Amino acid sequence: MSSAIRATDRIVAWRTATIREVVRETPSATTLVLDVDGWPGHRAGQHVDLRLTAEDGYQATRSYSISSAPEDDAVAVTVERLDDGEVSPYLVDEAQPRDELELRGPVGGWFVWTADQGGPLFLVAGGSGLAPLMSMLRHRARTGSDAEALLLLSARREQDVLFAGELPALGAAVTITYTREAPAGWAGYARRVDRDMLAEAGFERERRPRIFVCGPTGFVEGVARELVALGHDASRIRTERFGATGG
Amino acid sequence: MHEDARLDGNAAAGLLSELFTPEATTAVARCAGCGRTGAVGAAEVYADGPGMVLRCPGCEAVLMRFARIRGRLVADLRGVGTLTF
Repeated sequence: MSSAIRATDRIVAWRTATIREVVRETPSATTLVLDVDGWPGHRAGQHVDLRLTAEDGYQATRSYSISSAPEDDAVAVTVERLDDGEVSPYLVDEAQPRDELELRGPVGGWFVWTADQGGPLFLVAGGSGLAPLMSMLRHRARTGSDAEALLLLSARREQDVLFAGELPALGAAVTITYTREAPAGWAGYARRVDRDMLAEAGFERERRPRIFVCGPTGFVEGVARELVALGHDASRIRTERFGATGG
Repeated sequence: MHEDARLDGNAAAGLLSELFTPEATTAVARCAGCGRTGAVGAAEVYADGPGMVLRCPGCEAVLMRFARIRGRLVADLRGVGTLTF
C-alpha cells in the first residue's frame, strides 16, 4: 500500500487538551478522555505526544497510544503508571477533569489499521500494549467491518486486564494468557506467549493476516521472532515497542 | 545501545513532524551504509540517551540522530541515502 499523504498527517502545533473524564481502568492504568482544540481526527493505532511543564519551566514529553476509535466523539489515551516515571504517575493518579495538557498529534502513520484495509487481523498485546489495538478493535466494531479479528492478550493477572468489560463485546475472538497469577479455576493459558500459543490463537500463515504487536520491547521482539518462525511474512507484521518497563 | 530500551520508528513520529511536512514514518529510507530500504516506522529507535537515534534494522548503522540543544533541534541525517515519501 502506498503511503498516501493526508491532510490529517500534518501536525500543526501543540494543542490544548482538556480532560473531560478520568477512568480508572486497573490499579495501575487510567484512561484520560480528552477534548482537543482543533482535533483533526486520527487513524486507529496512532499516538499523541503529551507535554507537561513544571513551574520552573522544565518540560517532559511522552508518547501515549490513543485507545478510542476514530468514530468516537472524544480522544482517549490510556496510560500505565511507571513508578519512577516523570509523567505517567501524574497522569494516572493526579490528573483531574478540567485539567489542561499540551498535546501534539495524532502522530505515526506506520502502526495503523483502517477498516478499508480488511483482514484477517491478528492483534497481540503485552499488558497496556492493548491500548492502540483497542482503538483498532473499536474502529472495526463501529464501522461494521467484516474483517475477521483475533486478539491474544498477555497480562500478569486478572486485575491488570484493560477494558475487561468491553473486550467480549467487540466481536473478536479474545485469548488471554496470565503470566503471574491465573484466576481460580482458570482453564486457559497461564504462561508467557510462545510459538505454540501464537499458532493456536492466531491465523494460519496461508490466511496472510495483518499482524500488529504492541507491548514492552522484549515481549514484542520475542513475539515477532516467533511469528516469523511460524512462516508469517515479516512485511505483514507491524510492531510498537514501548521500552523495557512498558508505557 | 540498550536493547531493552529499543523502540520503533513510530516513537520518532512526533519529532519527525517538526521537520517534514508529509508523514515521515511511512516514508522509505535507504541506509547509506548497507543499502537496505525500509519504512522509517520500522527503524530501530533509541531514545534513552540525551537525544534520539534511529538505526537501520539490517546493519544497525545510524540512520538519523537528533538532539535538542538550547531549545534548537539539531538533525544529523548522514546515515540516510534517500528518503522517499
